Amino acid sequence: MSKSLPLDAAIIGAGAMGATVALHLARSGMRVALIDRGEICREASGVNAGTLTLHMTRAALVPYAMKGRELWLNAPNWLGMDVGARSAPGFSLAFTREELEMVEKRAEARAAMGAPIELVTPKRACEIDPGLNPSMIAAAFCELDGHVTAYMTGRAYRRALLATGAMIMENSPVTALDREDGLHVIRIDGGAPVRAKRLVLAGGVWLEPMLAWLGLKVPVKTLINQLVVTERMRPVMRSVVGIANGLLSLKQFENGTVLIGGGWQGNGDRVRGGVETIPKNLIGNIQLARHAIPALGETRVNRVWLGLESETADALPMIGEIPGHEEAYVIGCVHSGYTSAPYMGRLLADRILGREPEMPLFGPARLIQKDKNMELSA
Amino acid sequence: MAATCDVIVVGAGPAGAEAAMECARHGLDVVLIDEAPDAGGQVYRATPKGFRTQGPREPEAEIGDDLRKRLADSSVRCRFDTLLWSIAPGYRADLLGPDGPSSEEAPIVVIANGARERVVPFPGWTLPGVIGLAGATVMLKSQKVLPGRQTLVAGAGPLLLAVATTLRKAGGEVAGVIDLASRREWLATVPATISRPDLLARGIGWTSRLTLAGVPMRYRQAIRRIEQAEAGKLRAFVGPVYATGAPVAGTVREFVVDAVAVGNGLAPASEVTRLLRAEHVYDTVQKAWVPQLDEDFRTSLPGLFVVGDGAGISGAAAAAIDGRRVGLSIAFDADRLSADNYRAQKRTLSTGAKKARRFGQAMARLMAPRSGQIAAIAADAVVCRCEDVTRAELDAAVADGATSPNQVKAWTRCGMGPCQGRTCGDIASALAAAALGQEAPPAPMTGRSPLRPLPLGVLAGDIDYDDLELPPPAPL
Repeated sequence: MSKSLPLDAAIIGAGAMGATVALHLARSGMRVALIDRGEICREASGVNAGTLTLHMTRAALVPYAMKGRELWLNAPNWLGMDVGARSAPGFSLAFTREELEMVEKRAEARAAMGAPIELVTPKRACEIDPGLNPSMIAAAFCELDGHVTAYMTGRAYRRALLATGAMIMENSPVTALDREDGLHVIRIDGGAPVRAKRLVLAGGVWLEPMLAWLGLKVPVKTLINQLVVTERMRPVMRSVVGIANGLLSLKQFENGTVLIGGGWQGNGDRVRGGVETIPKNLIGNIQLARHAIPALGETRVNRVWLGLESETADALPMIGEIPGHEEAYVIGCVHSGYTSAPYMGRLLADRILGREPEMPLFGPARLIQKDKNMELSA
Repeated sequence: MAATCDVIVVGAGPAGAEAAMECARHGLDVVLIDEAPDAGGQVYRATPKGFRTQGPREPEAEIGDDLRKRLADSSVRCRFDTLLWSIAPGYRADLLGPDGPSSEEAPIVVIANGARERVVPFPGWTLPGVIGLAGATVMLKSQKVLPGRQTLVAGAGPLLLAVATTLRKAGGEVAGVIDLASRREWLATVPATISRPDLLARGIGWTSRLTLAGVPMRYRQAIRRIEQAEAGKLRAFVGPVYATGAPVAGTVREFVVDAVAVGNGLAPASEVTRLLRAEHVYDTVQKAWVPQLDEDFRTSLPGLFVVGDGAGISGAAAAAIDGRRVGLSIAFDADRLSADNYRAQKRTLSTGAKKARRFGQAMARLMAPRSGQIAAIAADAVVCRCEDVTRAELDAAVADGATSPNQVKAWTRCGMGPCQGRTCGDIASALAAAALGQEAPPAPMTGRSPLRPLPLGVLAGDIDYDDLELPPPAPL
């Protein structure tokens, strides 16, 4: 990186959020670098359940998720590659009275934000998807659900970014951020520093240590989500299935494997990553899955892994300018973040490019904690 | 964690069973786990219950019976028919046995899960009727089943002769033995085999009897491809190779047979130590990740040992002695024997182990997959047979920017099937490294649970919806 020619923007964190921002900035003619300590989309963006569901999206984020879902389904047109995004009907099932109440309340809140969710009878639900357990009391139904094969995300973004001329700096761990001559200087372990006019932090659960580089204290909770995939099996379901309390997400891919998620926890943290599966949680998760789709009892559990999900203090995203730092932005901690990433990234890119974003951003100022030690050191 | 025993040993082959018995001899409470119905591992495999064999018994059968008898007489708590499906630091072994899921917890774990078989892919290696050399051994030894009336035996290493001989003894016909190694390479192993005159004599006996019987023995040749032939038969095309294993121009012969047994050696089954994120080193000769061990078989993680072929292929004889060495070290660490006693016993065992290992390692070198052989894998050859991923697809993922076997896996599904990369992982990693111009891949594929596919219905058990313990609801 020659001193005479700084980049227009450096994005740290090559997940779907960071990659989308980088892609839009590069397509607008900016010289950008996308920097990651590992390879592109190898964390949450490549290992999540790939659920495109409004049933599990926080009500406030429903309008964003609907836009994101459309973008995933249209990926061949704007991303240049089919990442296996498919539209499918979605259900949230209720098996008890309490769950029915919960389903009603949650469906109503999400419908108020524009999600086309309606309550249907067990008979109607089983007509739409005969794989469902008919012993349910009722189901919330949404036609606009679907799924993506998340592990293809990085390949699609990498191709698209290279076509724009963007630099992709993988396996390049950032160690510190500095400010010199009105530029952001990104120090990289084992490599030359990168100098850029604009800085975007897009590090998911690692946003807390990243923001600390700038002397800011923003607590980010790390969820250690368990994901389970079965062997290929005969078609047993055609919808995306959840239950009232949001602790199940279930879908069968075209290759016959069934992915079982729902945010059951494993052990781990953001330093070590996902460390171990908790057997009780694995068994609980698959018991619930088999209850929703009884035919799952025929197959075998093939692989279990853990993906890290980030959450802010108010469980709403942080997307926007970083207060007190010129030309520095943050994006991340979006609930149902994979679904809305292509849209959220575009919104932030619009803001960086000086255009008015189509929907409001989520400024991080509300989340910054006062910390004496940090102020002194900063 | 609340320990359920002092030591958990995974794998009841010679290494694991001897380690378990040595620990138990010094008063430690040991649980020995194996997915098979009895101890013995692959080499000393027990005859299945209800089976009886006729004719003279192999030396392995005697050693196996002796091992099982000593184990039964020991205080080791054996849990057979029990699958280790996950292991957590500290250590907790998650199991699935005849009575459903359970776990054992102990501060010390010995992993003795042996080896896995490797086949360097060529077009047609996934056809029905093509099996591994080690797989053929299991069929012949355990069930006395022939893979076909007429079988072609191909690949590298001592299993070639063992399989060919056993096939003939069992009444099968051997169409040919296709050996990647040259006669000179075999001769070069003689100094190492002199340490085991019994096995050397046996090997010479095998070769001469096969030759006398008119079985074609082709050295420095390999199968190029296999096609389906008429009447359910297979047509194998066999041609000469360079010392690197790469094909060289020359006469290509056709063999039409019922079955083909082909293999390129064994590699340590590293899935347990990879799951625990222990340190591994890449063995550039064997083209496999091997757990990093000290001289007493300690891994980089406290209390975790690996012994036997899982620690690097050295053969069953070395595994048995090394198993005892590990048991002694554990007992010594636990103050169960004096320093003098420990040192004296260890010295005796170490001498025996050295001899046994020399033989085992000479054989392992002979059967190692060769660079030219891997480089020459055809573009249309399936590398990952669970997910039907070809070499061309793997190369395309690297061309698209994958810089690690994990990214190659994500972008191609190579290693995502039921074998979880145990069969294809080494070859796919070697191909990726070669495409990136590196001698070794940057890291092994991340280990994942379950270590074997788990029947979902069995794991879930019978439970009512009302009895499910559900965590608190997700935020609205």
